[in-house]
Amino acid sequence: MNIFETIRFAIRGVTANKLRSSLTVLGMLIGVAAVILLVAVGNGSGKAVQARIAQLGTTTLTISSGGRFGGGNNNTTNTQNTSLTIDLVPALQDKVNAPHVKSVSPVVSSSQTTAYAGTSHTINSFVGTYPSYLGASNYSVANGSGFTQQDLTQGRKVVVIGQTVATDLFGTVNPIDQQITVNGMLFTVVGVLANKDSSGFNDPNDVALAPITAVQQSLTGYGSLSQILVEATSASTVSAAQSEVTAILNDKLKVTNVSNEPFTVRSASQLLSTSQSTAQTFTVLLGAVAGISLLVGGIGITNIMLVTVTERTREIGIRKALGAPKRTVLTQFLVEATVLSVIGGLLGVVAAVIGTRFTIVGVKPVIVPTSIVLALGVSVAIGLFFGSYPASRAASLRPIEALRYE
Amino acid sequence: MTGMAHPVLDVRTVVKTYGAGETAVRALRGLSLVVERGQYVAIMGSSGSGKSTLMNILGCLDVPTSGRYLLDGVDVSRLSDRQLALVRNRRIGFVFQAFNLIPRTTALANVELPLAYAGMKGGERRRRAAAALAVVGLADRAHHEPNELSGGQQQRVAVARALVTAPALVLADEPTGNLDTQSTADMLAVLDRLNRSGRTIVLITHEPDVAAHASRLIRLVDGRIVQDVRQAVPI
Repeated sequence: MNIFETIRFAIRGVTANKLRSSLTVLGMLIGVAAVILLVAVGNGSGKAVQARIAQLGTTTLTISSGGRFGGGNNNTTNTQNTSLTIDLVPALQDKVNAPHVKSVSPVVSSSQTTAYAGTSHTINSFVGTYPSYLGASNYSVANGSGFTQQDLTQGRKVVVIGQTVATDLFGTVNPIDQQITVNGMLFTVVGVLANKDSSGFNDPNDVALAPITAVQQSLTGYGSLSQILVEATSASTVSAAQSEVTAILNDKLKVTNVSNEPFTVRSASQLLSTSQSTAQTFTVLLGAVAGISLLVGGIGITNIMLVTVTERTREIGIRKALGAPKRTVLTQFLVEATVLSVIGGLLGVVAAVIGTRFTIVGVKPVIVPTSIVLALGVSVAIGLFFGSYPASRAASLRPIEALRYE
Repeated sequence: MTGMAHPVLDVRTVVKTYGAGETAVRALRGLSLVVERGQYVAIMGSSGSGKSTLMNILGCLDVPTSGRYLLDGVDVSRLSDRQLALVRNRRIGFVFQAFNLIPRTTALANVELPLAYAGMKGGERRRRAAAALAVVGLADRAHHEPNELSGGQQQRVAVARALVTAPALVLADEPTGNLDTQSTADMLAVLDRLNRSGRTIVLITHEPDVAAHASRLIRLVDGRIVQDVRQAVPI
């Protein structure tokens, strides 16, 4: 009896009992789909967190005053003026000492009350800075334009406002070229920023950007800076830029004790790597859940395969009594188990792929290809083993023992 | 190899014990039996007399605890699993009391099964299976599944399956045990025809009417032969 005959027998065996076959396939399907979906949800939420942090700008460094340990002025022995000033900016822009720095944007930030035609709105962060700030902090202009280098040098009172500010002050009026009052000073709106997704508790759209010269002259005075935003040339040079910036600042601020610098340089990529490890922990957790569901699914498959074959021990006895060699019986059951496992497994993959097209509890699942391989591989292996092992046990019995089996 | 040189069945002091120790059941206690080609043997005995055990050993479904069993002069205990499968397939046709058809499989497919295991091609197989079904008068039920057939019809499918390979030896373990009078008569007619065409038949039965069809009657008591008589076959 050749292999094609055996395969035909197996197909006939699968189709002969449709309910049993479809239950086996269903068990398989659920096992495989659950694992793939769970891992995809975990992966998707991890990806979502990473995407939000990437929006902050992965190539930027934020220099703020104050040491790593506690506030800025706790170092009483330090008589040096260590506050960040705009005088530091040219040193940081030096291409020789800081080759990995792309742009430097000093920042003075304050909360300001603005008004337009009787409407008032308090802007959470009214930022005086350089034009390079837009790129460094991942803002883009949706309407109008940003302020220019010329605006900066001439100290023009122009401002680029965020979406929240535009909506609150202007409503449906086009804000471009309108004048708003900021703490009694008139500023001309030249542009509106594109909407930026919220990445934390602060609304990133409740913001206004203006030339630092104009802001210092009319609003804050020429005091110290809130922070300096440094943009590295690329994501891979962030750490190089960080050490260059630190060295320059140590030199300029005449820091003698490097373990207690009066400033902090933080990179968004540090934040990113922290969040990545968090996401990884999350994926590992979900992987563990998936592993357990794979185990449970596997036991389900084991169960139905064992029952299916044990139920057919008598049939195996009949076949042997009619002169079926052990190998033929085994091949038939192995092919049956393969057909059921593979169909069930593939349907499970299809179900999982369809499932990941929907947003599950606010998370867009992202399939991990290895989870498909793992879920499919393990389930099919379990299906094959527990489909063929009891069959081989039954086929090894003397025909009369298999026939007497109840 | 001639028929006279080798009896079809040659059973020599066969013992079959189930279990071990004090609970051991001795089903066959040194039974010897020789059946020549073309004989029609009926085996009778009360339940527990060992007749089914004997039948299973004759059909190579079970092996004796001790003693020798020669089928066509070949010592069965020396055959490998594969060779035993071949013997069951080519030499023996077995009819069970419980029919033992494969469920959810048509009558034709059930009858085809031994031919498939013998390696016969599909077309020839279907032709022979249909012919065997015609012999037992079930040509019109070929595409019915076992649960759509009456007990008598199922047993006739089982007989068709036993004779489709044209085996020299047909073993029937209480083939009429579950059948009504009419089905029993049909069944016996089929077996009579087979015997007239030269097949050796060994049949187990409780019923004297059935045993009367055989040319030789053997009675078993407690795993031993107590009576072995030749009898005239009613025409």
